[in-house]
Amino acid sequence: MNKKDSIFIALKIRKLVLKMITESKSSHIGSSFSVIDILAVLYSDVLRISPATYRSVERDYFILSKGHGVAAMYATLAAYGFISEEELTTYCQNDSRLFGHVTANGVPGVELSTGSLGHGLPVASGIAKAFKLDKKSNRVFVLLSDGECDEGTTWESALFCAHHQLDNVNMIVDYNKLQGLGTVEEIMRLEPFSDKWKAFGWNVVEIDGHDHADIKTQLNKKNISNKPTIIIAHTVKGRGVGFMENKLQWHYASPNAEQFNLAQKELG
Amino acid sequence: MGKNNPNLILMTGDLGYSVLEKFQEQFPNQFINAGVAEQNMIGVASGMALAGKTVFVYSIANFPSLRCLEQIRNDLCYHNANVKIISIGAGFTYGSAGYTHHGIEDMAILRALPNIRVYTPADIRETKASLENAMLYSCPCYIRLDKGGSDVLHDGEIKSVERVLPIIENNSDISILTTGTITHFVYTILKEKKLAFSLYSVPVIKPMDIQGISSIVKKSKKIFTVEEHQLDGGFGSAILEKIHELFFKGEITKIPLVHRLGFRDFIPKLVGDQNHFRDLLSIEITLN
Repeated sequence: MNKKDSIFIALKIRKLVLKMITESKSSHIGSSFSVIDILAVLYSDVLRISPATYRSVERDYFILSKGHGVAAMYATLAAYGFISEEELTTYCQNDSRLFGHVTANGVPGVELSTGSLGHGLPVASGIAKAFKLDKKSNRVFVLLSDGECDEGTTWESALFCAHHQLDNVNMIVDYNKLQGLGTVEEIMRLEPFSDKWKAFGWNVVEIDGHDHADIKTQLNKKNISNKPTIIIAHTVKGRGVGFMENKLQWHYASPNAEQFNLAQKELG
Repeated sequence: MGKNNPNLILMTGDLGYSVLEKFQEQFPNQFINAGVAEQNMIGVASGMALAGKTVFVYSIANFPSLRCLEQIRNDLCYHNANVKIISIGAGFTYGSAGYTHHGIEDMAILRALPNIRVYTPADIRETKASLENAMLYSCPCYIRLDKGGSDVLHDGEIKSVERVLPIIENNSDISILTTGTITHFVYTILKEKKLAFSLYSVPVIKPMDIQGISSIVKKSKKIFTVEEHQLDGGFGSAILEKIHELFFKGEITKIPLVHRLGFRDFIPKLVGDQNHFRDLLSIEITLN
């Protein structure tokens, strides 16, 4: 396999994340694994941003609104050379700049500090609105969890983006259908999810959030409507490690030594 | 301000009837009505600021402050975003409108946040100087205003709003420190009752002019603080904190007696206008 292929890089990111979360005994490995394929395609094939251009005024913006997926974000930034892989060993350790929720803190490639849910879309909308006012072609990508769609601010922003015709907003929802204490269906039903967004005036796209070709095609598709786009990514929480997939406990649990070895073996 | 700065954006949470129209007509591309959605408005303002804009956000009392407090904390203060919140309706400006419209806890809460500058001007001259001052800093600012038309306290233009400003200064060892438009209310009492105390306005409560406070403390045996606000954590509390800091650092050797006038856990049961509620503080009786 080509080492520059997003599929190869996604595997590498998964291994980095497994190590980061195990060593720091931190949470959210399942939430990180479910977005890794999307992140890898974004950084390989979609975003106009690189370690050399992360401050360029021409760059595309990416915001990880689900700040608890942070391990995936930092590992992705390391895999694409924004930060060193060595720095990942400091994740969640005293005196590291890598906190356990996305923290800009001067970390190259991080646009917005997140962690409290429902903040990413409003800020992304503001960035997109500023680009519209300045007639600039930068695109704004923001990745939310499905649980974040419980937040009122997400829907306030849904109205705002549609009203202001922010067709430069690309919102991806990591629809893994598991939230904090149970399934989305049990806790706070989102269905009919795509109909809700259509009713709010959005351009709605549904993808398999682990199919790299599908992600790449849809994220690069030119938006010919004047509507903001939501990409509902059907994903699997814990994707990549069999015993973690679709298991609520891996929203919080950190692997023990035995589980780490088992997971590492599976990732190869 | 809009004319000289095409990067300046004014946002409103669908309030400001007969106030904002002029700006909107003159600068349609710099005006955004974000609808009745204050949390999103602050998030959007943050995003625009991160993309290089200077954003003013306009709304009433608690709506651009407490309603969207976490957005101010995370999206603005955490990122040091260049957003200026204009909150109209300080204290009991909208007294008869009820407790939802009483802005009497905002100073305590906002001044606890990092990176933000908190302005509470007392008259139109302090307001103008506050806005000019806020533009000098690329950071979040909270500007707490009455609804305009307040009486002028200062004779001339204000050089720096960052300083404690004397309204009446004499040899009295009793000083009154105030912030916001209640300053004029206190001024009137002093004049009518012929009380020869010094009166100072503190237009910026964060960061506060510690040197200015120090000079006043040194000449005062007794200090009254007056605020149209909850006492706990408010303006008077901030003054007490500063006095104790000065004493601890050895910059003052004596601590004056401080009496704070303000409201404590106050939810009115009966209607009142602004001056009616101000009367409840019994400032006259206390100062006599």
